[in-house]
Amino acid sequence: MPNASSALAEQFDDLPQQQESSVLGMWTFLATEILFFGGMFMSYIAYRSAYPQAFAEASRHTIVLYGTINTAILLTSSLTVALAVHAVQEGRSKACFWLLVLTVLFGCCFLVVKGLEYHDDLNEQLWPGPHFKSGLPPQSQIFWFLYWAMTGLHALHVTIGVGLLSVIAWMAQKGKFSAAYYNPVDVSALYWHFVDIVWIFLYPLLYLINRYS
Amino acid sequence: MIIPTKIYFRVWLALLLLLVLTWGLAQVDMGRFNPIAALTIAVLKMLLVILFFMHVRYNKPITWIFVAAGFVWLAIMIDLTLSDYLTRNAVPPTLHHTWQHGAWPAPSKEGP
Repeated sequence: MPNASSALAEQFDDLPQQQESSVLGMWTFLATEILFFGGMFMSYIAYRSAYPQAFAEASRHTIVLYGTINTAILLTSSLTVALAVHAVQEGRSKACFWLLVLTVLFGCCFLVVKGLEYHDDLNEQLWPGPHFKSGLPPQSQIFWFLYWAMTGLHALHVTIGVGLLSVIAWMAQKGKFSAAYYNPVDVSALYWHFVDIVWIFLYPLLYLINRYS
Repeated sequence: MIIPTKIYFRVWLALLLLLVLTWGLAQVDMGRFNPIAALTIAVLKMLLVILFFMHVRYNKPITWIFVAAGFVWLAIMIDLTLSDYLTRNAVPPTLHHTWQHGAWPAPSKEGP
């Protein structure tokens, strides 16, 4: 268990200042991530406003059940990672470890459900290109291009988050964190919540809003 | 700042209720209010996650500024891009004609 003085990097006056700096650093990174995903949301808005009918028809082929289950899984994983931070704040490293393991398992569940959904989508020939499902307007391929790009990029972020939280869980198990020093748990949780927020927007945009319009 | 766990559980419950609500509203034909309702609920869910799960509500103003910065730049990008795309058909026909031969693709027939 590191004591307060060994956890403090020399460029900081005290632990609260160090903690605050790491949170600000993470939010700076998340701002770049907001704009990274923002570019794709921008494409979605632009093309949806240009081809509303084609987008409405195309989006009726997404599978709402998978999307809804995955939203519930990610929201719950956000709870468990928030509780993991809470546990380490109280110095309960063991509880922190198990809550992180639970979060990683939820992340894996999300990826498995997404994989099943991708499998069904491919069977429905919803991959844009020469073999795209017939009977849909040509511009609906733009929707499906965005679907694969956005959910694929999001799934990549989930995968990175699963890897990140696994390492943090391993470190918690090794007793690297304490109530005085837990910055890595805190900022990794912020990353996981961000991934959750991206999905909170992908869910209505890809699965819901064109069902009945 | 340690937040009581009951707040986390309440936020989680609220998030799941909003999920059920947004799924339910999508089953009802509300015309152009469908996307408005879905996105309003998404924004509410995002605020719950940012303010409570990500502790921003309990952080200092400097964190608020850093959080807002990302969204302000996103708003600038969306605003400037839409000020182009959404006004293309507002251009008078003669101007419109010359514009079609410019670097930009012709606006869609199906568009707004």
